[in-house]
Amino acid sequence: MSRSSFFERNLRILFPLPAVIFIGLMMVFPILYTLYLSFTNWNLTSGMEPAFVGFGSYLSVLTEPRFLHALGRTFTFTFVAVAIEVVLGVVVAIILNRAFVGRSLAKLLLLLPLVATPVAVGIVFNLFYDPTIGLLNFFLNSLGLPQGSWVSSEKTVIPALILVDVWQWTPMITLIVLAGLAGLPEDPMEAARVDGASEWQILRYVTIPMVMPVILTAMILRLIDALKTFDIIFAMTGGGPGYASETLNIMGFKYSFEYFRIGQSSVILVALFLVVLLCSLGIMKLRASTEN
Amino acid sequence: MKNKFLLNILFYCLVALIALIVLFPFLWMLSSSFKTQVDIISWPPKLFFEPTLQNYRKVFEEQNFLKYFMNSTIVGSVSVSLSLLLGLPAAYSIARYTQNRLAVFILLARLMPGISFLMPWYIIFSRLGLMDSYVALILSHMLIALPIVVWIMSTYFSTIPRELEESAMVDGATRQYAFLKIILPLSGPGIITATTLSFIFSWNNFMFSQVLSMEKTKTLPIAVYNFLSYAEVDWGGVMAAAVAIMAPAILLTMIFQKYVVKGLTMGAVKG
Repeated sequence: MSRSSFFERNLRILFPLPAVIFIGLMMVFPILYTLYLSFTNWNLTSGMEPAFVGFGSYLSVLTEPRFLHALGRTFTFTFVAVAIEVVLGVVVAIILNRAFVGRSLAKLLLLLPLVATPVAVGIVFNLFYDPTIGLLNFFLNSLGLPQGSWVSSEKTVIPALILVDVWQWTPMITLIVLAGLAGLPEDPMEAARVDGASEWQILRYVTIPMVMPVILTAMILRLIDALKTFDIIFAMTGGGPGYASETLNIMGFKYSFEYFRIGQSSVILVALFLVVLLCSLGIMKLRASTEN
Repeated sequence: MKNKFLLNILFYCLVALIALIVLFPFLWMLSSSFKTQVDIISWPPKLFFEPTLQNYRKVFEEQNFLKYFMNSTIVGSVSVSLSLLLGLPAAYSIARYTQNRLAVFILLARLMPGISFLMPWYIIFSRLGLMDSYVALILSHMLIALPIVVWIMSTYFSTIPRELEESAMVDGATRQYAFLKIILPLSGPGIITATTLSFIFSWNNFMFSQVLSMEKTKTLPIAVYNFLSYAEVDWGGVMAAAVAIMAPAILLTMIFQKYVVKGLTMGAVKG
């Protein structure tokens, strides 16, 4: 038996092997290491080796109000932002779903927010929100409306951040739904039209149900990313004012790289990891059940 | 007839409104990057002003942006190339042997929060003396690029009919030869999609570089962010830096528009 035939017979193992080893070393091992560290009280600044404390770090983090607030905020931010993005995204897709002059230019414009560097986007919006020189307050002022201090106020910081996320990611929903609409067969709509259905009825009872699986998938993709939102929050507020915009990701980052409380930060990372995993699994189940 | 005309006007007004909302932050960033600090902080905000290049001069001459630009380019292109090297065979195998569990395993790297790997990397790379090294940065960015390559390419390979390799194999070619000489040459569009998208994601990445790089390997997003932490915010300089960092990604998107759309919407539409 020649060497090349050994290679060929085991192609299904050998071809993916380097990628699998890489992911194992760079993802699986670090996650297991984090899990181990979450059972210690290691503090990098102390200069001591990690000491095993059982669930000690879990107890101290999970009972801390700061953690519970960050957890709740992560969900609020994600659900509100994604809900707005899905509704707006689908509406815009339905508006744009026809042949018109400038359609391909419109699609190019929709791509721009998706490829714009999030840190830079955050900084641009900071200028927009600036209480003294920002455009937002200028507009509100010209319209005779009350001005706000947006990201510098505990009350408005989360809505202000959500607006940035909505600006940047609504186009992704739109593009995915547009692609989904383009792939639909024409016959069911034609049949409904022949039967005397109004355009609104066709949209409501034929088109949207047909494109629903695509909308749900777009929502899943967005939801998973929104739970992990880091760049814009870190660049715009750093989790502030106070802890008013601190999500799990930001809190984990601070515990890891500002306080170096590794034992506790590991607990936060495990929690974030589980939140993302459970949400992904939950929605996939939901989607599978709507398809049957 | 008249009704239809009115509807058309309404439609184009809506499209213009959407375009304005999407473009507005870009336009404001661009115009502010040509303003002096005095013009930027003037109230009411100035729509018309005398443009200046001093912000760009500052960014590129005083702030050494060219070096960070090079760092971003090196880290992006090396990590994308290595990801193609590891990812293309893996994606082929996933497509041809329908290895769904393997696909999910690799995609987990895309789903999981980056910070849950970043903290352990920080400890490990510090101990290995690899902080502020290209090696650490490239390895971390490969974890961004590899899942994108595998995701896009396994979908792409499964659209190529099996008969192509199989007829070559009947003629005595090995499967790996058929992959290299028949399938890969047909995969140009898929590879362009995967390369563009993973390069842009690496280019825009902030969190990994913020922790793993320091002065030597600092990438552009970090340089832009650090610009903020100077005593007084130099808005013109920051906006020029923001333009400089976004320009390459936007240029790539314009050139490869069709491919980028495909990459971003792929999977969602198929699944």
